[in-house]
Amino acid sequence: MRRFVIGSARNLIESSRQKYQFERSILSSSYRFLSSSPAADSPSSSSSSSTMAHLVSLSTINPKVIECEYAVRGEIVTLAQKLQEEIQTKPDAHPFEEILYCNIGNPQSLGQQPITFFREVLALCDHPAILDKSETQGLFSADSIERAWQILDQIPGRATGAYSHSQGIKGLRDTIAAGIEVRDGFPADPNDIFLTDGASPAVHMMMQLLIRSEKDGILCPIPQYPLYSASIALHGGTLVPYYLDEATGWGLEVSELKKQLETSRSKGITVRALVVINPGNPTGQVLAEENQKAIVEFCKQEGLVLLADEVYQENVYVPEKKFHSFKKVSWSMGYGEKDIALVSFQSVSKGYYGECGKRGGYMEVTGFGVDVREQIYKVASVNLCSNISGQILASLVMSPPKVGDESYESYSAERDGILSSLARRAKTLEDAFNKLEGVTCNKAEGAMYLFPRIDLPEKAIKAAEAAKKAPDAYYCQRLLAATGIVLVPGSGFGQVPGTWHFRCTILPQEEKIPAIVTRLTDFHKSFMDEFRG
Amino acid sequence: MGLKALDYETMNENVKKVQYAVRGELYLRASELQKEGKKIIFTNVGNPQALGQKPLTFPRQVVALCQAPFLLDDPNVGLIFPADAIARAKHYLSLTSGGLGAYSDSRGIPGVRKEVAEFIERRDGYPSDPELIFLTDGASKGVMQILNCIIRGQGDGVLVPVPQYPLYSATISLFGGSLVPYYLEETANWGLDVNNLRESVAQARFKGITVRAMVIINPGNPTGQCLSEANLREILNFCYQENLVLLGDEVYQQNIYQDERPFISSRKVLMDMGPPISKEVQLVSFHTVSKGYWGECGQRGGYFEMTNIPPKTVDEIYKIASISLSPNVPAQIFMGLMVNPLKPGDVSYDQFVRESKGILESLRRRARIMTDGFNSCKNVVCNFTEGAMYSFPQLRLPPKAIEAAKQAGKVPDVFYCLKLLEATGISTVPGSGFGQKEGVFHLRTTILPAEEDMPEIMSSFKKFNDEFMAQYEDNWNRSRM
Repeated sequence: MRRFVIGSARNLIESSRQKYQFERSILSSSYRFLSSSPAADSPSSSSSSSTMAHLVSLSTINPKVIECEYAVRGEIVTLAQKLQEEIQTKPDAHPFEEILYCNIGNPQSLGQQPITFFREVLALCDHPAILDKSETQGLFSADSIERAWQILDQIPGRATGAYSHSQGIKGLRDTIAAGIEVRDGFPADPNDIFLTDGASPAVHMMMQLLIRSEKDGILCPIPQYPLYSASIALHGGTLVPYYLDEATGWGLEVSELKKQLETSRSKGITVRALVVINPGNPTGQVLAEENQKAIVEFCKQEGLVLLADEVYQENVYVPEKKFHSFKKVSWSMGYGEKDIALVSFQSVSKGYYGECGKRGGYMEVTGFGVDVREQIYKVASVNLCSNISGQILASLVMSPPKVGDESYESYSAERDGILSSLARRAKTLEDAFNKLEGVTCNKAEGAMYLFPRIDLPEKAIKAAEAAKKAPDAYYCQRLLAATGIVLVPGSGFGQVPGTWHFRCTILPQEEKIPAIVTRLTDFHKSFMDEFRG
Repeated sequence: MGLKALDYETMNENVKKVQYAVRGELYLRASELQKEGKKIIFTNVGNPQALGQKPLTFPRQVVALCQAPFLLDDPNVGLIFPADAIARAKHYLSLTSGGLGAYSDSRGIPGVRKEVAEFIERRDGYPSDPELIFLTDGASKGVMQILNCIIRGQGDGVLVPVPQYPLYSATISLFGGSLVPYYLEETANWGLDVNNLRESVAQARFKGITVRAMVIINPGNPTGQCLSEANLREILNFCYQENLVLLGDEVYQQNIYQDERPFISSRKVLMDMGPPISKEVQLVSFHTVSKGYWGECGQRGGYFEMTNIPPKTVDEIYKIASISLSPNVPAQIFMGLMVNPLKPGDVSYDQFVRESKGILESLRRRARIMTDGFNSCKNVVCNFTEGAMYSFPQLRLPPKAIEAAKQAGKVPDVFYCLKLLEATGISTVPGSGFGQKEGVFHLRTTILPAEEDMPEIMSSFKKFNDEFMAQYEDNWNRSRM
């Protein structure tokens, strides 16, 4: 029996999961099929094969697949897509003109522009033949041409279409290691780096290595980015929750870590690792260095692998906080390879570059023995390598233009423009949420989300139950139907039982924010009017 | 305490069981030697562009433009990009949800999936549903996703050809399933005998294994054989009778080097067979941009198409895909370009055809050169490479060689391949990495080295081989006297 959260929250999660299954089955019948086998569509298939035990169907597929969930692209998004199609065919079908996707950290889908220098280099690496043409000089900046040459020279035969080394092109890993060193002030080894198709596959790889059975537990923050819960379920492990403290800005207390660790151990769970998302998702908090030291100490004492999701390292919006990598913190404490096993995940999808569609990222793996490293390499080799363009981009992100480079001015203007805009949007939305009745919203110190808490009136909760939905999902669905705004219900991330939240990204373009605030505010008022006790 | 957190003893056992020889011992040794300055010819993996094959020009032009859309606004863009590439870049950008940098639909860009469906329909003559086509970061990821759905535990078996591309054995190990081998018949051109299949299934069931799926690789890897229509019908009938989902690895469908057996897709044959089989047999077909004459391995672009998979199961597969958010967008565009190629009259058409033909014709020649070259070697017998990208010669190792291998603590074909590597710099993959009959040895090499390098490579191989065989045979003869 999978255990997602312990205690009474389990029932809530279980019932929302069943509702999820129910909802999904309703939605699937609305899929269009040109399939040559219409019989297979209907639940009451007359096909005799539906009675055959070995048919690949819901009852015979891997139950772990059924167990796992991923709310970011779950039910509410499917509903939103349906509404979008309806608007396209009949523009006045709904009281809004467009769907506003605030559910997913996908900046460029909402109008954020890519960093010009990065795209110049990538285009040149995609089509190196034009580097020999004189006209190219007129179309591309000189330093992007230079960087492209540099990168191509690191690729055997300049073949960007060839499978690379399974950890990624060596020269690019050298660049990334150098970038890590500049960031942290401590050296990094290119052999510790595994370039992956985004950070997510790297997380999956680690879960695969760590989880032997459901007796293996992974400590995860609640609320968490549901990649972790999904991955743990998929690999047959047990998620051991530790609660972030909403009252103290989503604080992470080592005492809470200890408590959860002991509780799960007493149940016979071997806790293998601790996941920390810093800056946090969905919560946005940036850990203070002292806090991080205590976490490192805890992992060292308890023999846990520290899985540090650091994909939002460039998204920090408050002057009083700074990103420190866990590796830097550990090493500054005098710890090294012998003391703590640490995996740091980074991605090209977030930051100010927001290159989600490229699927670029890496994990930096330290503190493991050679034999474990060989196994990690072996698993990576089965997939041969990650996509080369993503690898190149990861190296660019970790080694962007420097002062004095031709593109530096435009690059830093683009970067600062995006980051300052994100900071403004974070504040505007935070303030807007805090003005809503029954809603409190912690500041987004970093990342790309706000995670306000909503005190739903009893009447609303009952209406949700009648609609067979978790209360926050009910709120989000009502909001979607009234405004076209897509949020993700807090139950998708986990929350203290009996509390309700939703996650909203700060990514819609700045000019759209006032309209979003207005629509949200108006909806919320009418919702509360409807359900206020 | 830190090291105890994850060490070899406390790691997932399934991970330890995984073997993937393509980048295993031989490759690692070759890489070491390369670092020491030795010239290595890597023929261990189907990686055409690493051995000098040039990318096709048109797709690279299109993707470069998509990468840097500001170029499209530049009045001078026409100086280095042809009009049809510019048009195509605009077309694909319009299909995305914000350019190359935005996550797409988790199944892939709908417009591209539609192009894939249209390609399948043109190829097979039957309509295909874009909703049942999922783009993936390479075909391998798709295979892993599907096997992850099928395998519940050790009790679930998957029929896999022997020899096979070890993605299948590795993935089955990783997910804790059981590999049920069925042997291809080397003396019959690596043919597939349904009786072998039946026997394998019976044996597995006797052991209490529920056989769930059957993998076919057509054209074969490492064996290269192209299945005939009759063969495919037999296989589909078999899957129907035994209730197996057929996994059709068709990534080499463009790589055909003989004319007797052109490529026919499993889906076409399935549909040709009509109901009830066409409506009942479950099929998942895999394709990629890595092989064919495209050889764009580094892009990691692939797709799978599902036939007769129930909607709720499709939903679950979609759900799993959504956890990884989306496949990489540039590769999706490569896929679109591959399935929706240029037409006569397009500005770049002639160049595209010239480049494509050039590659395919050269591959065909190299397939022949290599097969003949191996067959001219002492104690080496090699079936013709009918398709795919590999040559899989059988090495008739003398008993003394086998003995020497044992002494060295190595499997005989590994022993041979290591010696080959040290002597010639040719990096191959021992047949044991793919599976073979007991006591029969092979190696796999690719047909990908440049045509002008082939004569030297083959003579280098022949020299090594004939000396090796003579060395161990002489000893044997002497001991007989």
